[in-house]
Amino acid sequence: MQRLIVRRLLQMVVTIFVVSLIVFFMVRLRGDPISVMAPPTFSEEQIARLREAWGFDKPLIEQYTLFLSKAITGDFGQSIQARRPAMELVIERMGYTFYLAGVSSLIGLAIALPLGIVSALKRNSFLDLITSFFASLGTAMPSFWLGLMLIIVFSVNLRLLPAFGALEPAAIIMPSATLAVGMAARLSRITRSAMLEVLSQDYIRTAYSKGLNQRVVLTRHALRNALIPIVTIFGLQLGWLLGGSVVVESVFSWPGLGRLMIESINVRDITVVQAGLFWFALSFILINFAVDVVYTFIDPRITYR
Amino acid sequence: MSSQAKPKPQPVTRLKVPTDAYKSPSGIAQFMGALRRSPVGLIGVIIIALVLFLAIFGAVVVPFAPDDNNLRARFMPPGFINADGETHLLGTDQLGRDIYSRMIVGSSVSVLIGVVSVLIAGTLGVVIGLVAGFFGGWIDDLLMRIADGLLSIPFIILVVAISGILSPGLATLMFILGLTGWVTYARVIRGEVLKARELEYVLAAYAIGQSRFKVIFLHILPNVISSAVILAASQVGVTILAESSLSFLGLGVRSPTVTWGLMLADGRQYINSAWWMTTYPGLAITVTVLGVVFLGDWLRDVLDPKVRGRN
Repeated sequence: MQRLIVRRLLQMVVTIFVVSLIVFFMVRLRGDPISVMAPPTFSEEQIARLREAWGFDKPLIEQYTLFLSKAITGDFGQSIQARRPAMELVIERMGYTFYLAGVSSLIGLAIALPLGIVSALKRNSFLDLITSFFASLGTAMPSFWLGLMLIIVFSVNLRLLPAFGALEPAAIIMPSATLAVGMAARLSRITRSAMLEVLSQDYIRTAYSKGLNQRVVLTRHALRNALIPIVTIFGLQLGWLLGGSVVVESVFSWPGLGRLMIESINVRDITVVQAGLFWFALSFILINFAVDVVYTFIDPRITYR
Repeated sequence: MSSQAKPKPQPVTRLKVPTDAYKSPSGIAQFMGALRRSPVGLIGVIIIALVLFLAIFGAVVVPFAPDDNNLRARFMPPGFINADGETHLLGTDQLGRDIYSRMIVGSSVSVLIGVVSVLIAGTLGVVIGLVAGFFGGWIDDLLMRIADGLLSIPFIILVVAISGILSPGLATLMFILGLTGWVTYARVIRGEVLKARELEYVLAAYAIGQSRFKVIFLHILPNVISSAVILAASQVGVTILAESSLSFLGLGVRSPTVTWGLMLADGRQYINSAWWMTTYPGLAITVTVLGVVFLGDWLRDVLDPKVRGRN
């Protein structure tokens, strides 16, 4: 157990290092980050001065070492737009994104688990067909479109829910429902197939033949064993939720990190973009670390050599 | 040989080695047969065929030119008949352009991006996966750590950031989506190669003196490629959704190119009054991706014997 955690922690450090390289070179894709940052009206001299001020005239290795040593302490430099540390802005907005992702994944789980289980039990029934159709539909629908449709129905026509912002408690409903649909779709599919796999095992038949009732067999014997693929996909889906938040937060003007990213990209505020990318990657890496640890609780057979 | 009583040895019948097992004449018949048995697969094929047709011939079959302004017919609801007696089936937008025609023309961008990006990502990912899985060691470590790093940034955010920095045109966008999308293929193919390289046929290929290059591309590749094909089918949908998200956010394809994502971005401005501007283009994306999903599921059932019959 401890060895597993140490091993995964080391892997995480390597991955974070790779992410730092990606984030560092991404803003240099056009050669010089100044060409991204500076408005086209800037003169050669102004650009040169800016380049010097930001240290972009130094050798690449030196730039990267400086970037990494500061990034480790959470210092990504000042936001050009807000004239505040980029990380401060990111942390301010991160809470909103976590709140949204948390509510969405709860809704997603609440829909997906029962539907997936019932579909597996009543395989090829009408309910199963309907569920799998909606699961396909849920993966096929662009989340921003679903969001816009919800706005048309519930804000424009019925005037029930606020269409944007995070000022009222009810404002969470539509963005979280939008994100939850995609998650529920993928999760219900995986729940169904994991349950089907488990239900065909011998120990399920044995459990039934011992005279256990269906509820006990399902929860204690079947679901417990089906959890591994479900937890994997759930972990990945949380990453997907964080990604999806970029689009959905824009649709609903939800003041989270995703929207901050778009705003910063639009004004070429590269320090905030870098800090945001780093945070997204870090949370995703931590989620997957947590998933791996949870595995060992679900399935004691997993030891990770 | 010494005993006279034994019957004469029969002439050895030469084993027929099927040299072209993949091109067996019944291939197409099998394909059609499998399609007939699966209504979902059939629906997928029909949707995709329709979208492909519109993407190729759309410009010819549209009732209106997609950028035909008509300022006297702005924001007209579906079914509106203009002064010349022509019907705007799905209404008009803020410049009086015909939504139905724009939707048809917009399909070509989605199809182009979906297909080309997936080809780039798939080819790159398959090669990287083959190399990583086959050679192992530090090459594998290096490639997989890069993959981990790329995977830990949610795909859409990665693409949004790169597009924001490069402000791409259509071609660049396809490359961005392709060059960031290889990771999934590489992971899957690597796993398959790790399994395959321990199997007897690989040993046999070595035994008859084939080079490593030939072993990888002639023996292992055909045995692992179906996983990539299954993945590619689902990735087309992911790519189409990514492109429309980017265009919607103003970071992808730009006007005057017509895309479904851009139409949705336009529609969003007028969401209070003109619901049809957002509803129909989004429906087009949904139906197209649904077709891809159906086709992908069906392909998986047909190509992957492990899951055959499980659904």
